[in-house]
Amino acid sequence: MTLLDLPTRPHAGTNRRWPALPRPVERFVGIAVLLIVWQALSSAGLLGENVLAGPVEVAQAGWQLLAAGTLESAVWASLQRVLIALAIGVPAGTILALVAGLTRAGDDLIDTPVQALRFVPVIGLQPLVIMWFGIGDVAKISVIVFGVMFPVYINTYAAVRNLDPRHRELAHTVGLGRLAVIRRIILPGALPGFLVGLRMAVAVSWLILVFSEQINSTNGIGYLIVQAQTFFQTDTIVVGLATYAVLGLICDALVRVLERKVLAWLPGR
Amino acid sequence: MAPRPLEEDPGLGTAAVAAAGVVRRFGSRVVLHGVDIRIRRGEFVALLGHSGGGKSTLLRALAGLDRDFEGSIRVPGRRSVVFQDARLLPWAPVLANVTLGLRGGDASRRGRAALREVGLEGHEQAWPKTLSGGEAQRAALARALVREPELLLLDEPFGALDALTRIRMQGLLQELCARHEPAVLLVTHDVEEAILLADRVLVLLDGRISLDLAVNVGKPRRRGDAACAGLRSRLLRELGVDEKAEGGRQPVPSPLGGAGAGEMRPAW
Repeated sequence: MTLLDLPTRPHAGTNRRWPALPRPVERFVGIAVLLIVWQALSSAGLLGENVLAGPVEVAQAGWQLLAAGTLESAVWASLQRVLIALAIGVPAGTILALVAGLTRAGDDLIDTPVQALRFVPVIGLQPLVIMWFGIGDVAKISVIVFGVMFPVYINTYAAVRNLDPRHRELAHTVGLGRLAVIRRIILPGALPGFLVGLRMAVAVSWLILVFSEQINSTNGIGYLIVQAQTFFQTDTIVVGLATYAVLGLICDALVRVLERKVLAWLPGR
Repeated sequence: MAPRPLEEDPGLGTAAVAAAGVVRRFGSRVVLHGVDIRIRRGEFVALLGHSGGGKSTLLRALAGLDRDFEGSIRVPGRRSVVFQDARLLPWAPVLANVTLGLRGGDASRRGRAALREVGLEGHEQAWPKTLSGGEAQRAALARALVREPELLLLDEPFGALDALTRIRMQGLLQELCARHEPAVLLVTHDVEEAILLADRVLVLLDGRISLDLAVNVGKPRRRGDAACAGLRSRLLRELGVDEKAEGGRQPVPSPLGGAGAGEMRPAW
């Protein structure tokens, strides 16, 4: 019989070629490389101003927009639309999901139509909504509300439906009433699914906003972008896009913080 | 026949369980063939039988979790169930799990006392995911006992625990039952466990109680007690296990390799 020497690495991590950077800094190395390449291409004249402004110009444009207060007011207008839409759509989706998940009649009445309607492209509703509500904020917000309800509904409904039946059995053996079952078992049990829906809803809300703000807007980030397009200001367009990205990231991070707080009990966390 | 409702019965007399002619069908398969069981107050009864032989079905009927049976079952109002899995709500801290469904302002105090009794003091606010298997089952026992049950139904409560933890938990259960004196029905397939804990051992075979054996050995008992050897053989025989043959049997050849092959071969 031949015995093999298994390779060992008792000093793993000590022989790195680069001086150690703090982990959060390391995470940004990729972005830094991207910015450098982008700037190099711009400086070399390979990316014309009309195609894509370089990072430095974008930063300058962003600074000017901030200084003039244009960016703040645009962000505020956009943020308001998203927050109002979430404030309506998330509770609506949740309530519909609970009614459908908990009652037979609700299931027949709500779930079938919702499952059918979810395949309607939300953005395609825009023309109809404009005919109903005009081109103001009501139209923009209602499209987002519609788009936000689905992920919340679908995830919450699935969570309610897939609750562990053994927990209901337990509820029976300890004599919980119907309301207590909802409060102590169904709602907390459906929370992880609801939060998945919420995160998707937040992402979707920004997507729809970008689209609807570019039609007939008089303020908001989308309006800023459309204006810039008219004047070939690619730097301002990039500022607008970057602002969307940052706002989206912040919202997602907030939901994740919320998840960590309220789902501390989940195994594997 | 329509399922009869399970009711609290003040007329049980000295009995904590009085079940007669219990029949349970799953489709065309008859799992319980007319089972009669009486358990006296404070009596500890173990129910032995093969897997899938209807032990848990009977327990679930007594617990009120299954109403699709024929016959009559009379049980007290205060019943607790401990399942094989601890069945703690993962989103509730241990204490809230123990007091789940408990009414009254002193629920928290009673819950803490129950946790102290099962040796989980200091874990009141812990999440269930932080408990070991044995600790989780202790919490489940506390949840059952805090209700001061007149009938405690245990469905293979230690079946998922490792051997050492199981021994400790059997000791704990013995202590708790001596103190609280509920009537107990312990469903198990462990003959040793049944003899160690029960006043009476029932064997459920082919959907009927085929053997009803009193364990006339003083408590607390030690495992492997010589006085229990006869009982053990009797029960094993009833369950169709021939001790001599099982003990003296040749090593079973591995199903993977050929019998007596001197080396391990990978399956591919």
